[in-house]
Amino acid sequence: MTAGTVLPHQPREPGQPHEPGQRDQRAGRDGFSSLLHAEWTKFRTVRGWVIGTVVAVLVIVALGLFAAGASGSSCQSTNGGPVRSGSSCFTAPPVGPGGEAVSDTFYFVRQPLAGSGSITVRITSLTGLLPPANGNLPGGPNAPIDTRPGLVPWAKAGIIISGGTTPGSAYAAMMVTADHGVRLQDDYTGDTAGQPGAVSPASPRWLRLTRSGDTITGYDSADGTHWTAVGTVHLTGLPSTVQAGLFATSPAWQAISQNFGGGENGIIAPSQDTAVFDHLSRSGRWPASAWAGGIVDAADGSGVGGYQQAAGRFTVTGSGDIAPDVPGQAGDIGTTVTQHLIGTFAGLIVVIVIATMFITAEYRRRLIRVTLTASPRRGRVLAAKAIVIGAVTFVAGLAAAAAAIVISAKLAQARGAYVYPVPWPTELRMVAGTAALIAVAAVLALAAGTMLRRSAAAVTVVIVVIVLPYILAAASILPVGAADWLLRITPAAAFALQQATPQYAQVTATYSPNSGYFPLAPWAGLAVLCGYAALALGLAAVLLRRRDA
Amino acid sequence: MSQAVPAGPAGLAGVRRLDLSGLRDPLRAEWTKLRTVAGPAWLLAGTIAATVAVSAAATAAARCPAGTACPVDTTKLSLTGVQVGQAVVAVLAVLAISGEYSTGMIRITLTAMPRRSAVLAAKAVLVAGLVLAAGGIAAAGSVLAGRILLPGHGFTPARGFPLESLASGPTLRAAAGSVLYLVLIALLSLGIATVIRDTAVATGVVLGLLYLSPITLSVVTNPVWSHRIERYAPMNAGLTIQDTIGLRGLAISPWGGLGVLAAWAAAALLAGALALRWHDA
Repeated sequence: MTAGTVLPHQPREPGQPHEPGQRDQRAGRDGFSSLLHAEWTKFRTVRGWVIGTVVAVLVIVALGLFAAGASGSSCQSTNGGPVRSGSSCFTAPPVGPGGEAVSDTFYFVRQPLAGSGSITVRITSLTGLLPPANGNLPGGPNAPIDTRPGLVPWAKAGIIISGGTTPGSAYAAMMVTADHGVRLQDDYTGDTAGQPGAVSPASPRWLRLTRSGDTITGYDSADGTHWTAVGTVHLTGLPSTVQAGLFATSPAWQAISQNFGGGENGIIAPSQDTAVFDHLSRSGRWPASAWAGGIVDAADGSGVGGYQQAAGRFTVTGSGDIAPDVPGQAGDIGTTVTQHLIGTFAGLIVVIVIATMFITAEYRRRLIRVTLTASPRRGRVLAAKAIVIGAVTFVAGLAAAAAAIVISAKLAQARGAYVYPVPWPTELRMVAGTAALIAVAAVLALAAGTMLRRSAAAVTVVIVVIVLPYILAAASILPVGAADWLLRITPAAAFALQQATPQYAQVTATYSPNSGYFPLAPWAGLAVLCGYAALALGLAAVLLRRRDA
Repeated sequence: MSQAVPAGPAGLAGVRRLDLSGLRDPLRAEWTKLRTVAGPAWLLAGTIAATVAVSAAATAAARCPAGTACPVDTTKLSLTGVQVGQAVVAVLAVLAISGEYSTGMIRITLTAMPRRSAVLAAKAVLVAGLVLAAGGIAAAGSVLAGRILLPGHGFTPARGFPLESLASGPTLRAAAGSVLYLVLIALLSLGIATVIRDTAVATGVVLGLLYLSPITLSVVTNPVWSHRIERYAPMNAGLTIQDTIGLRGLAISPWGGLGVLAAWAAAALLAGALALRWHDA
C-alpha cells in the first residue's frame, strides 16, 4: 500500500534530519504537548474506552469483594457440637513488631533482667517427638502426641531476651535447630546463621546473648572459650527490664501434597522438642531469685511444655514456633491481601483490549493517516499515545487496587474472616505496583497493536503473554516448578508486585503462586515487564517509521 | 428493525434457493472463506501445538517420589494442555465472525445469504468441524505424551497408575470429552462474538469468562461458593469431563459438567442468532 498521494509530507527517510532553527524547536515543544492533548481528546471522546476503563476498575473491585465475601469459613469442634462460622473458628495470631502476623508459642524459663547484661549457656542435646507418619492423631484433644522420636527441621531451643511474655513481643534469641545449625533470630523475621551442624552430647553448643540498651549481640562457641559473634540486632521499644532465659519450641509437622489443577491436601499435627542446658551463667542485674517456667501462647495457654532443674542442669520441653505466621502453611486460617487483588487479571484483560484499540482503531478507521499527516514525526505520536494510555490506566489501576484492598478488608472483617495483616509500606507497594502493572501492560498492548495493526492478533498475543501465565500459575493448573518458570520469564512476572508476605527460609510452608508467592522479587518482576514493554515499544516505533500507514 | 440489506430480486432468489438446499450453499461459502485465508489454518495448528506442548510440560513436571502416595489423576494431568489450547480455539471462533465485521465483509455475506441464522449455523458447523479435527489430534497427542512421560516419573503400572491408553474407558471418555469441550468452547466463543462483533472486545470477554472461574476458585474458601463455581462456571464444569478418579467427590458428574458447558454454548449461539437477526450489519 502506498500513501504518497494521501500524505505528501510524510518523511520517507527515517534518518532524515529535521529543519534546524528556533521555530522548529518551539514548534516541537508546543507540538508534543498538543500531541498529548490530541491523544487525550481521542481517548476521552470514545465512549466505549471510557466506559471500558470504568468497567476495568469495577471488575477489579468486585472480584476482590467476591474473594473476601465468599471466604468465610465454617468449622465444628472434633467432639461434635454446633457448626460455627466466622471469627469463632480461629484465634487470630498475634502481630509482631513489624506489623506482620506471627506465631509466638514456646516454653519459657525466665527471669527479669534490669538494664544491660548477658546470659550464657551450653546445650548438649535436642531431641523431639513427631506425630505418626500418616498424620492420624489419637482421638481427643488431650491425648498424648508422643508417637515416634524425631525432630521437624526448624525445631529450636536456646536463650532468648524478650520484651515481655505477651505474644508478639520484640525479642532476640540464640538457638540450636534440628537441621539448620545455630541461628540468631530476632523480631520473628530476622534470621542469621551461626555454626552449622546438629547438637549432641559429643558436640555441644555454647550460646551467649548480650544486651546493651536496644542492642543485642549473639555469640556462639563450640568449647565455651573461643567465641564468634553471630550478629547484632537493634530492637526498638525494648523496655528497660526485659525477660530473659531459656526456651524450647517446635513447629507443627506438615505433609502437603499438591494436586495439579485442584489445590492441596495438607496434614498438620503438632510436634515437640526437648533441650538439655547446663553451664548457665549471667552478668548484669537479675532482681528475681528463682527461675519461673511457663507457656507463652496466644491461645489460652493449653499447649505442651515444661521444665526441670537439677544440679545446674535444665531440661526444657516446648511446642509451637517463634516465627512469622504466613499463608500457605497447612491449616492456614485466612485470606491475604493478594487474594483481594484477584480481579487484577480481569481488569487487565479489559485494559489490554482498550490499549490495543487505542491504536488499531486508527488503522481500522484510516484515522492513522490523518494523525500522521498532522504530526509527521511518528515516534512522537507513539510516545504521546503511550503516555496518555499509561497515565490513564495507572490512575485507574491505583483507584481500583486501593478500593479493592480497603473495601475487601472491611468486608472480610465484617464477615468474621481473618485477613493476614500487612505492614503499610507493603500495602502501598501492592497498590502502586498493581497500578504500574496495569499501566505498563497497557503500553505493551499499545506497542503490540502498533506492530500487528490488527486488534485480534494484538489482544490475543498480549493476553497470552501476560494474563495466561498468571492464570496457569495462580489457579495451579500447572505444577509449581513449571508455574515458577512462567512467572520468571514472561511479562506476568510483574504480578510479583502483589505478593503480600515474603518467603521466610525459617518457616515451612507451600511457597507457590497459588498461595500468593512469586518466584521473583516485586520490583524485579516489574523490571521484566518493563523490559518487554520497552522492547515492544522500540520495535513498534521502528516499524511505525518504516512502514506505510 | 430495518434491514440494511434491501430484499431485491437477487435476495428473493437467494431465499428460495436456500430454502431448497438448506445449509449447503452457506456451508460452501463459509468453507471457502475459512479455507482461503491463512489465519484459521495457523490457529488450528496453534491449538494442537499449544495443547500438546502444555500437556507434555505439565506431565514432565509431575513427580511421584518413591514411598509417597500420589493422589494425582494422571489422565487429567495428561490433558492439562486443553486449558491453554482453548484460548486459541476461542480466538479462532471469535475471528470467524468478528473478522467479517471489521472488514465490512459481513454486509456482502448477508446480502448474498439473507437468511442470517443459516449463515451463523454454517459458521458454527464449520468451526465445530475444524475444532473437532484439530482437538482430536491435540487430545490424542496429549494422551500419547502422558503415556510416554508418566512411567519415567514414578507413575508406573506397578504403583497403580496404568499406562495412559484410549482403550481404557475413563481415559477415552476424558480424551473424547476434551475434544467435545473444545468444540463447545468454539461455539460459545462464536455466539459471544456474534453478539459483540468487535474482535478485541469479544476475545477479552470470552477469555475473561473462561478463566474467571479457576482463578476465583483458587481464592474462595467458602464451600458453598466453590460448589456453585465448580457446578455452573463454563470452564470448571466443562472440564470435569477429564476427571477419572474421585468422581464421587465432584460437584457435578463429568457428562453433566459438559452438559452445563453445552447449555452455555447454546445460550450464546441463541443470543448470537437473535442479535444477528435484529441488528443492522
